[in-house]
Amino acid sequence: MSRLMLLGDEALAQAAIDAGLSGMYAYPGTPSTEIMEYIQSSPDAAGRNICRDWSANEKTAMEAALGMSYTGKRAMVAMKHVGLNVAADGFINSAMTGVNGGLIVVAADDPSMHSSQNEQDSRFYGRFAMVPIFEPSNQQEAYDMVFDAFEVSEKYRVPVLFRITTRLAHSRSAVQQREKLPQKEFSFPADLRQFVLLPAIARRKYKVLLSNYESLAGDGDYQKANWYIDGEDKSLGIVACGLAYNYLAENCKGRKCKYPVVKIGFYPVREDLLSRLQAECDRILVLEEGYPVLEEMMKGFPSLNNKISGRLDGALPRDGELNPNLVAKALGMESAYGIDIPDIVMKRPPSLCKGCGHADMYNALNEAMKEFGPGRVFSDIGCYTLGALPPYDAINSCVDMGASVTMAIGASDGGMFPSVAVIGDSTFTHSGMTGLLDAVIKNAPVTIIISDNSTTGMTGGQKSHATNRLESICAGLGVEKEHIRVINPLRKYHGENTEVMKEEILYKGVSVIISQRECIQTAARRKKKEGEKKEK
Amino acid sequence: MKNDIILSGVGGQGILSIAAVIGYAAVENNLYLKQAEVHGMSQRGGDVQSHFRLSDEPVASDLIPYGEADLILSVEPMEALRYLPWLSENGWLVTNSNPYVNIPDYPDSQDLLNEIRKVKNNLIVDADTIARKTGSIKAANIVMLGAASHFINLPWKSLENAVRKLFGRKGEDIIELNLEALAAGRDQYKA
Repeated sequence: MSRLMLLGDEALAQAAIDAGLSGMYAYPGTPSTEIMEYIQSSPDAAGRNICRDWSANEKTAMEAALGMSYTGKRAMVAMKHVGLNVAADGFINSAMTGVNGGLIVVAADDPSMHSSQNEQDSRFYGRFAMVPIFEPSNQQEAYDMVFDAFEVSEKYRVPVLFRITTRLAHSRSAVQQREKLPQKEFSFPADLRQFVLLPAIARRKYKVLLSNYESLAGDGDYQKANWYIDGEDKSLGIVACGLAYNYLAENCKGRKCKYPVVKIGFYPVREDLLSRLQAECDRILVLEEGYPVLEEMMKGFPSLNNKISGRLDGALPRDGELNPNLVAKALGMESAYGIDIPDIVMKRPPSLCKGCGHADMYNALNEAMKEFGPGRVFSDIGCYTLGALPPYDAINSCVDMGASVTMAIGASDGGMFPSVAVIGDSTFTHSGMTGLLDAVIKNAPVTIIISDNSTTGMTGGQKSHATNRLESICAGLGVEKEHIRVINPLRKYHGENTEVMKEEILYKGVSVIISQRECIQTAARRKKKEGEKKEK
Repeated sequence: MKNDIILSGVGGQGILSIAAVIGYAAVENNLYLKQAEVHGMSQRGGDVQSHFRLSDEPVASDLIPYGEADLILSVEPMEALRYLPWLSENGWLVTNSNPYVNIPDYPDSQDLLNEIRKVKNNLIVDADTIARKTGSIKAANIVMLGAASHFINLPWKSLENAVRKLFGRKGEDIIELNLEALAAGRDQYKA
């Protein structure tokens, strides 16, 4: 079997293919995007005819994966941490229905918010749903654990949460590949009422879920992902979850820690490992990437156990991702330091590309809105969120996928006129359409600008469900035809685009302006591809 | 043996192709490696970096600790300075001298170069001019890799093989051009 050089995301993807995956479902979101991208470009996946299309959003992806599982086949769904908020209804209830074929839900968390609006820890969702969680510390574990995750999912007939963080998702290392498993045959669930969560059935299923969750804490097959490493110095005991284990190892000479360590890769955690550590050691340091999930559990409430140290008592920062230096400090070790960054170094925030259509749209919008003053434009999640920064300073919100449309409705209810929303094409079909229907039903005086670059740009240019469909979607939802306006955001049309915006902004009903020009990055890639095809 | 390298630049400048070459060469020599990349929002013209760790033993942390980088290889002069806290006492700072100006408050480029010269071991290379001479400005990154090759624990031959592999699909002319760029970069420093 070959050794491959893979990103953490790619290791998960390759493992899923090798473990007999039949369906991969996802909506792009950093740092999870590369899982689907890898499967889409994999000859192995094509050879096995694995379903691998982007979904409209994380909820539809989650539900489609559950449907694949219904047929007895193995399915995976991947999303960024905030995507799990969107998919939460399906996710939590899939724990209640249980699965037929193995089902893995990958949540890629983004501590330090490199590319996200918060740093929520998906392990909370796993506990909330009462499903097993795997948390690998490196690329090889990520690969191997996928096999275990499908197995445990089928053994207990529950979905499994697979939690990774940015640093693993986007770090590359060697992975030893295993023998490929065959895909599962089509089979109906043994009980055709398994997925019917009527109260009487749900009450019964909930008891099964509760008892399974208890059994998981004692299941040696999967608890092998958690282990005790003895150390001679009992003044401190360390609990290292997932990736945090690497930062501990980095600080130990010869990779051998002098303190006892419990390495965690699976939840619920076997209690005896942690109680042994507590009994043997004077003090406990908990290292976890993200929220102090295990630390809070071990501490109890109200702080029954004052031996426990970690993010809550300041041994480690309460927020942000860990690194080797923070862990060294928590261990009371000195670490080296290079040279301070000289004052001459300026910040270099991300910015819209030269020639980007969003920029021309904002220039027109700013001019159209000038007479009304600032504070009237809601926006959404995508490259165009950079419109909040200079030189545009054009937007006043970025909350969650689709919120621009519905916040504009609410603000107009509160007496704000004009009330404008700026949303991208892919974000619109993800979660903006339902909000637009709300606006139509009450004829809210709002203007929705769909900045349509015909791609999912920020995550690297994945296919957008909205392409060539926006006008008919808006008309179908009930927006009046004469108030669906299409403009081409180019500098040479600046004057007329500004006029269209002014007209629609003043209209006291629902209007939609589709500002349509392909993302220059996507266009360049497309032209390059077309050129390569011609050469052949 | 361990070789901790920080690659730095601006999103879109292509530091990941340098990383790919080092990666191929490392695999050819059966070394352990971890390479942390930046994807997502910062790729839109923001500052980007990659932590590249090579070793003959398994690598633990995906991130290099402060003060332990043997090399900062930057394709942009201001970005070279952003990672100085990671530079080890005897580490090298190797940078392209050509600024990438996409912010209004970009500093004076002479001041920047003076600041870089304050670092004990520094090598400033006009990679753009050298790349143009070999036939394409696009090869500037490979020129920089050549210049930094003195401080990377990999055989020269492996770097050449890796360049062949990376550009393999683009034809013999492009491969030759990049091999020339790699050698021209190497000639910028005599140990």
